Amino acid sequence: MRSERSQLMRACPLMILPKGLASAGDPIDFVLPGHRVFLGRDRTLKLDCGVELSEFPVAYQAYGRLNEDKSNAVLVCHALTGDQFMAESHPLTQKEGWWDLMVGPGKPLDTTQYYVLCVNVLGGCMGSAGPSEINSETGEPWGLSFPVITIADMVRAQAMLLDHLGIEKLFAVIGGSMGGMQVLEWAALFPERVFAAVPIASAAHHTAQNIAFHEVGRQAIIADPDWCGGEYWRYGKRPHRGLAVARMAAHITYLSEPKLHEKFGRRLQNREGLTYGFDADFQVESYLRHQGISFVERFDANSYLYITRAMDYFDMAARYSGGLAKAFVDTPIRFCVISFTSDWLYPTVESRRIVHALNAVAANVSFAEIVSNSGHDAFLLDEPEFHRVLKGFLGGAAQHRGLPKTPTE
Amino acid sequence: MSAAPPNTIRADLQLIADMIEPGSRVLDVGCADGALLDHLVNQKGVDGRGIELSVDGVNACVSAGLSVIQGDAETDLLDYPDHAFDYVVLSQTLQAMRAPKSTLEQLLRVGRHAIVSLPNFAYWRLRWHLLVTGRMPVNTTLPYEWYETPNIHLCTIRDFVVLCRKMGVTIDRSISLDRNGVPLGFGSKLFMVNLFGEQAVFLLRT
Repeated sequence: MRSERSQLMRACPLMILPKGLASAGDPIDFVLPGHRVFLGRDRTLKLDCGVELSEFPVAYQAYGRLNEDKSNAVLVCHALTGDQFMAESHPLTQKEGWWDLMVGPGKPLDTTQYYVLCVNVLGGCMGSAGPSEINSETGEPWGLSFPVITIADMVRAQAMLLDHLGIEKLFAVIGGSMGGMQVLEWAALFPERVFAAVPIASAAHHTAQNIAFHEVGRQAIIADPDWCGGEYWRYGKRPHRGLAVARMAAHITYLSEPKLHEKFGRRLQNREGLTYGFDADFQVESYLRHQGISFVERFDANSYLYITRAMDYFDMAARYSGGLAKAFVDTPIRFCVISFTSDWLYPTVESRRIVHALNAVAANVSFAEIVSNSGHDAFLLDEPEFHRVLKGFLGGAAQHRGLPKTPTE
Repeated sequence: MSAAPPNTIRADLQLIADMIEPGSRVLDVGCADGALLDHLVNQKGVDGRGIELSVDGVNACVSAGLSVIQGDAETDLLDYPDHAFDYVVLSQTLQAMRAPKSTLEQLLRVGRHAIVSLPNFAYWRLRWHLLVTGRMPVNTTLPYEWYETPNIHLCTIRDFVVLCRKMGVTIDRSISLDRNGVPLGFGSKLFMVNLFGEQAVFLLRT
């Protein structure tokens, strides 16, 4: 592994924004912060679809310091539309990182104690191999010729990055939503490389309803004439409208009815009364439009197709005859499964299914259902009980792993 | 909880802890705030897990680094493989189960041993209370009015011993406690412990 590592040691501190995201006709590439390495030279990445990827980029960001024996690494797996910039101002939107509340000194993922990594998933659009990246063989973006990837493929790519970084075993792998799916795959594929695993607001398979919502999003993109059969970059276009509609529909599933009611009710947007037209009369409409518009600034439409597909294909139990529990037989990992009461996208019953499977193999598992009315998005928000539980679980796990306690504890 | 000195757990919990071999695998069913589990994990080097129904209890346990799941023992016990644990503990909870007998069967399937503690409804003060006032007793071990009690399947020590016999369950040890949590010195004289024990702890196996 050492020779492989030295060969692969080509981490660049900066990277170029993938072509697909550069605004139409803009010749100037935007430079993203963070790290980017090319993997798969010595050993290709064999994808579930049969294609083998060689020399593919993986972009990641890291916070905190790796300790001497490399035992304090925490991998955070991001969700569908997340990226590696979880605890800093986002390079494209300048908004705070999606897990700023969770990652940093004194926070549950305390960067004075842990080395916290986040990797842009395979199929993503923030530096890792995906449809908007350049295919080195053709010299132009992959587009729809990029192979269809799976959650397991994402995890295998992350494992290759860890090989590259010389990290044998993660202290913890943590993720919400699609990140939780990656956590489960980590536990199933590389049980010896994970000490603790925390799937949050997640599921071990995509339900018909999950697939249905994703299909609405994909069809919105495909129906946009600017999608151009998936080759929009050729024509200097981007399917903004389709992608925004996809985001709007998806965003509803991340909230809850009580939360929407609390946030917006039937309140009107900057007007005294109804306009009897199709303007955004209601605040909730205006909010969703804003969500859609701001999303397209930072996300690639084809990536959205690929990643939602990977999630739809996710069904861990199907891979093992005899059910989900078979994926975790003799697992040495300490699990902490967390769900939220108002999450109807990945409801508690799905987390409980995971817990039941883990109990069936007598795994070491904690499970907490957090009371919240914020819906699926609760894992991104200021939920003190959730943060307390996660911090406590990690503290207990760190003690068993023999990691030093933080000074604040 | 974890801040509490090791020897301050409740007397009946201490008795349970004393029945458990150090370093064994233990499932505490209805582990509440995790007092017993914390003691077992940190003082006896036990590989301890818990099941707890209340969200507050679970959050307190997990926040303290204990491996506890939120769940209902009556359904969740079914998931575990046979003899996954050396001991399965059910403390002061059997009387609140919908189906105590099948719960007991599950405890003894999942664990090589089961440790069960329960309040004794034949305790002389309760008998006296019922005789004199004609009303359901409310006291420290049974602190609820009849209309809001979770204790839907109360029994006596004798009832429990009879059930074990009927199920072919071996009682390895039994300890009855007086109202101060002090073990009674009546040995195996069932008549006496059933009259003077406010609660009892049983170490069982199939």
